[in-house]
Amino acid sequence: MGFLMKKRWQRRHLLEAFMKFIMRVSLVIVAAALGLILWIIVVRGLPALSWDMVTKIPEGGYYMGKGGGILNAILGSLYLAAGGTFLAMIFSVPIAIYLKAYLGDSKWGHYVRLSLDVLWGIPSIVYGAFGFTLMIALGIRASLLAGIIILALIELPIMTRAMDEVIRRMPIDLEYAALALGSTKFEVALRVVTRQMLPGITTAILLGFGRGIGDAASVLFTAGYTDRIPTSLMRPTASLPLAVFFQLGSPYPEVQQRGYAAALILTVIVLAVSLGSRWLSSRLNKYTIK
Amino acid sequence: MDAHIQVKNLNVYYGKQQALKDVNIEVPKKQITVIMGPSGCGKTTLLKSLNRFLEITDGAQITGEVLVDGQNIYDSEVDVTEVRKVVGLLAQRPSPLPMSIYDNVVYGMNIHRMKKDRKEYKAAVRHYLEIAGLWEEVHKRLHDPATSLSIGQQQRLCLARGLAVEPEIILGDEPTSALDPISSQNIESRLIDLKQQYTTVIVTHTLRQAKRLADHVIYMYMGEVIEAGLAKEIFSSPKHERTKQYLEGLF
Amino acid sequence: MNQIITSKSTKETTGRLTRPVPTPRTRQNNFAQRTFFIFTLLPVSLILIVTIALLVRSWPILNAYPLSNLLFGNIWKPTNGLFGFWPFILGTFWVSIVGIILAVPLCLLTSIYLAEYAQSKTRSIAKPVLDLLAAIPPVVYGVWGLLAIVPFVDKVLAPLSDRWLGSIPIFSVNQPTGFGILAAGIVLAVMIAPLIISVMYEIFSTVPNDLRHASLAVGATQWQTIRNIILPQVAPGIIAAIVLGASRALGETIAVLMVVGNIPQVPTSIFDSAYPLPALIANNYGEMMSIPLYDAALLSAALVLLLVILVFNILSMLVIQRMLRRKWAS
Repeated sequence: MGFLMKKRWQRRHLLEAFMKFIMRVSLVIVAAALGLILWIIVVRGLPALSWDMVTKIPEGGYYMGKGGGILNAILGSLYLAAGGTFLAMIFSVPIAIYLKAYLGDSKWGHYVRLSLDVLWGIPSIVYGAFGFTLMIALGIRASLLAGIIILALIELPIMTRAMDEVIRRMPIDLEYAALALGSTKFEVALRVVTRQMLPGITTAILLGFGRGIGDAASVLFTAGYTDRIPTSLMRPTASLPLAVFFQLGSPYPEVQQRGYAAALILTVIVLAVSLGSRWLSSRLNKYTIK
Repeated sequence: MDAHIQVKNLNVYYGKQQALKDVNIEVPKKQITVIMGPSGCGKTTLLKSLNRFLEITDGAQITGEVLVDGQNIYDSEVDVTEVRKVVGLLAQRPSPLPMSIYDNVVYGMNIHRMKKDRKEYKAAVRHYLEIAGLWEEVHKRLHDPATSLSIGQQQRLCLARGLAVEPEIILGDEPTSALDPISSQNIESRLIDLKQQYTTVIVTHTLRQAKRLADHVIYMYMGEVIEAGLAKEIFSSPKHERTKQYLEGLF
Repeated sequence: MNQIITSKSTKETTGRLTRPVPTPRTRQNNFAQRTFFIFTLLPVSLILIVTIALLVRSWPILNAYPLSNLLFGNIWKPTNGLFGFWPFILGTFWVSIVGIILAVPLCLLTSIYLAEYAQSKTRSIAKPVLDLLAAIPPVVYGVWGLLAIVPFVDKVLAPLSDRWLGSIPIFSVNQPTGFGILAAGIVLAVMIAPLIISVMYEIFSTVPNDLRHASLAVGATQWQTIRNIILPQVAPGIIAAIVLGASRALGETIAVLMVVGNIPQVPTSIFDSAYPLPALIANNYGEMMSIPLYDAALLSAALVLLLVILVFNILSMLVIQRMLRRKWAS
């Protein structure tokens, strides 16, 4: 009787094995793509990386292979991304709190979330073009400020949704308990939600920062490019993605090499931010009620 | 006693937590065996080890043997889908597949390519719906979605779907706990009718249901089998102190 | 009842129970509510503002030429006043479609594996891999494309295709440089994969486990369960995830621009160079104020891109959000 249950290689079993196999292959391809990207960037970027690259600004003839570095772009990108993230946070924190504390799953809450998701999908080149129209309308030139404003718009939906996703998982009982004790919704928002939001805010800041520092198409229009370190919000500024982009466009091999090195620097910053956010949110999550 | 299923030295771990401790039992052929015990005692884990459903649970580790007709179903030579064809399961909540009543019954037969043509499938659908006591109620609307049935009807449909793949053993994981009293009674009487042809293992949390159904009883506590044997004997004179306490309703 | 709530707040609240006189606390609450509400207007109105701003700035050219001339015109010579978007629109679609065709099987299989087969350990490794892939900036993808994919297309894929598929027009190799639609498509496929995979994964997890178990319990294999039960349930969400991925592909600028060749022509083969709309906008922003109507033309290109992407995005998001809400509800 027992032999009834013996493995028989029917068509469906072959299909099962085959599907499982190509699924594993797909997963390996996706993981290998990440590995390949990192490997190529490291192998090609590392030889050109030097102390000068990260501590000096371009000297005369830099773009023909002479000395200097891309400190202007590194600092410019940090200013841009930090400014954009800060500005986006001012708006995204209240929106995320409002979504949780007041709107919940109401219709308006649904529309706000939908519009955030749609904003998330608008490509940065369109934000860049929009920034350009704004700059013409307001009469400002390509500058750190314009770049920060546009990056803030790009980061806003990412950061708000990241916070929203975290606090949405917050148990509703906690909120009711606070309301039942006679708190107003604002007090609930301020005390309970914000404390619970801490991991969400941290994740959001790092996500937004990572997105902001890597964005090229929007700063192309709004922040311009310069060899100097920006000293004022109204001055144009260099950025790492554009430093990569422009240097790769150069006919000089030395300059192209530095483009790869710049790409490596950018990748390291972005990966550090991304891994940091994972680590921080896993740590912070321990201190909140799940 | 003619044992249909023999469980030997079965240990189950979820991560570090041990859910079953060295379980050794025998399930007699064509009778109803009821597994009972307080919640969290490992009843459902034991039941799910019998059709290899534990493997679906992430991180469950199993050692020991489960023999069906002398064949270890955990043997690497054994095909898990064949095991589940031989050992059917009636779940706790009715789970009609998102298709018509007719297609629900056909589903398993189709998976195993058990019938040759539409006529045979039609006859089989009628046959199993009759066994499940559902034919009269649904034969005019076989192509309505299964979710349009009442909960009690859905559970009988699931019974028909399970029987349609011609199992030898039926497992019931608290199969009436989601149902109203009348539907529960309906399912219970089906199970009693079916024990002529099928070996049945039921997990239940209500003592009264155990008393109504059981030919054999397995009493479990904290992942261990405390006592197993004929229902008459255990209900009238339990040997073990814990079983006595449970039967007296002390916990 | 009143006795029980005896505490410091009693004085404040006794009046409120009978007559709604706003206390400082409720006034603070109302003020906060209004302020917060204004903040939520921002995302909703931003979509409109961006659209209107681009519309206003591109109005001169929309006024000067019939829309069909712009969209379907074949010639792009801004100095002669000829603004035909057709090669660029086609370039955008070619690149995106190749990217999607490459990404969909990869993403579908990977997400099914992660959702239905993988142990939690595999998932906990896959999640950061996807996060990192999503975090890599477009320009780095561009560098990778330049260093790895373009040579790969040039040295491996093009000769292979030339040998075996050369007689089929869309696989014929006319300009052997490696730069072109296929290289851009491969880069895009990897770029949009993390998003598509995670959306698909979420969609798969909306299917209740009871259905999986019901199918497995009668002896179905896992693939039979997926094919017969799960895929029909999630089909709308899968399509929405693909559309969402397509909308990302349509708008990708820098990475595509670096590997696509940027030749304004109507492509006929996946090995041809193309010139997608985003690349057009990015490459010419410098001189766009120097030629009449040039800025309006480029901003109208951005507008066209925005409108297509908005439609794709809104449709797919509505489907996805509805499917995910069904999960929350159950």
